[in-house]
Amino acid sequence: MRIVIIGNSATAVGAIESIREHDQSAEITVISDEGPMIYSRPMLSHYLAGEIDRARLAYRPSDFWTRHNVAVIADDAVVSIDPVGHSVETNSGRVIGYDRLLIATGGQPIVPPLPGLDLDGVFTFTRQGDATQLSRFLEGVNSPRALVVGGGMIGIKATDSLWKRGAHVTMVELAPMILAAALDGPASEMVCRLLRENGVDVRTENTVTEIHGEDGRVRYATLKDASTVECDVVVFGIGVRPNSGLANAAGLKVNRGICVDEFMRSSNPHIYAAGDVAEAYDLVVDMNRTVAIWPNAYRQGAIAGAHMVGIERPDPGGVAMNTVEVMGVPAMSIGNGNAPEEGHDVLVRLDESANVYRRLVLREGRLVGAILVGEIDRAGIYTGLIRNRIDVGQQRQRLLDGHMSLLSTPEQYRKHVVRGAGIEV
Amino acid sequence: MKRIVIHEEHCIGCRLCEVHCLVQHSSSRDVIKAYRRERALIMPRLIVEESGPLSFALQCRQCDEPSCLEACISGAMHRDERTGAVVCDESRCVGCWMCIMVCPAGAIRQNLLGTHIASKCDLCYGAEEPACVANCPNGALTYEDIPDQEEGAA
Repeated sequence: MRIVIIGNSATAVGAIESIREHDQSAEITVISDEGPMIYSRPMLSHYLAGEIDRARLAYRPSDFWTRHNVAVIADDAVVSIDPVGHSVETNSGRVIGYDRLLIATGGQPIVPPLPGLDLDGVFTFTRQGDATQLSRFLEGVNSPRALVVGGGMIGIKATDSLWKRGAHVTMVELAPMILAAALDGPASEMVCRLLRENGVDVRTENTVTEIHGEDGRVRYATLKDASTVECDVVVFGIGVRPNSGLANAAGLKVNRGICVDEFMRSSNPHIYAAGDVAEAYDLVVDMNRTVAIWPNAYRQGAIAGAHMVGIERPDPGGVAMNTVEVMGVPAMSIGNGNAPEEGHDVLVRLDESANVYRRLVLREGRLVGAILVGEIDRAGIYTGLIRNRIDVGQQRQRLLDGHMSLLSTPEQYRKHVVRGAGIEV
Repeated sequence: MKRIVIHEEHCIGCRLCEVHCLVQHSSSRDVIKAYRRERALIMPRLIVEESGPLSFALQCRQCDEPSCLEACISGAMHRDERTGAVVCDESRCVGCWMCIMVCPAGAIRQNLLGTHIASKCDLCYGAEEPACVANCPNGALTYEDIPDQEEGAA
């Protein structure tokens, strides 16, 4: 069995660890357009902030490839897939045959077309190369001024990191509020206030329309409202779109991401897709969609890997979730936390002076989402209730009040969780 | 693998498990010194849940398919090769709280005592019997060989 994996991030690692758990004989080849280091993309913000060095970006130790008996082709991009001849071709002209192929190409940063993108000082923020270059660039600038485009998770993380590096940051977000996809109004306002209190210039309903330079370097930017922002760097943190070009060209079924079944198989039975590039099942919204988060990438990779070597482990589905820390205050969004009150049972607790906010969303007695700002202790209990579709209609108020506890969940469920693996109640 | 089994019907909420867990994870390994000098920097790795007459001590449930492991962005959360236990390599943890967001038992805590990392039970690193089990006066915690099945949720 020849297995080829395109990409070397969380999905590839999940797949490889899962394959080797069941099978030692499959030939595994990983092809990546980046270096051989397996690094953590979500930790790039910690690296940019100066909290960790480059070595600590490693998600798995450097002997991972040899220990799992994987051949790695690094710094070489796959340029095409031949679904008939069962092979892929790389930029350098290599042709590699496969029996099973996993497309784990992730997402690519969204950069709107506008004048000035070619200037020195314009960056994206999703790959190690981007973060390293941005970090070096900042070292060469005295009290740098940064313009961050995008007030979603990536933009916020970039903003917080740049702020920690001592930059003066202006952040523009096209929507009327920041973190609109993850948070509701009050939570978003709380995060926005924290940013502003610490000197970040947050401008909503605005974006950059042109970047102006001098001697090839960024000088200032013009915004949608015709105002200008003096800056040394412009960082695009709008988000990512599935990197599905190869799949499209190979004739696979692609919507927003590559369509996959519960084993991460694409419309071609020999080709799998997982992670940010895949449109897999989301159990909260009860449909397939792309959700670019690390846990989904790892799990989907593991499911694909297992299936390639004959182990059927259907995906129970993902839950969209994310966590971010802004000015030391953690904020979490789990599932449908910002669902509208209409059609849902919404419970809210707010303590503005302590920067604590909690919003729970129920539908037909079951928890479908949660937003937590400030206090995040034991938040996974909510996630478990969502994932397992537990009826919590009787416990709804207890779930909101005070400290989260398993004792606030239904007795049968609590006993099941407490007894743990392998023990039935 | 060996797992800690909780018997809530035997728990009297005395919190001796908490004391011994803290001492076990102190550098002095001495109850007086641990509480007098180190308490500001260390915390117990288990949680005593209590409501009226009902109580139990909760540690990491050692799931077969641990959510924390798939969610960890740093690779700190891993299976110890020798013992098979899910443990957190604190030198690699960056305190992103992904594990806290996904642990269905709520068994991972933020350690903010001078650090910014995830804190969880490590089964006392291969000890014959974890300190909480060894020191429970009422048999409310036992250490038993339980075969792998599925993750601990309904």
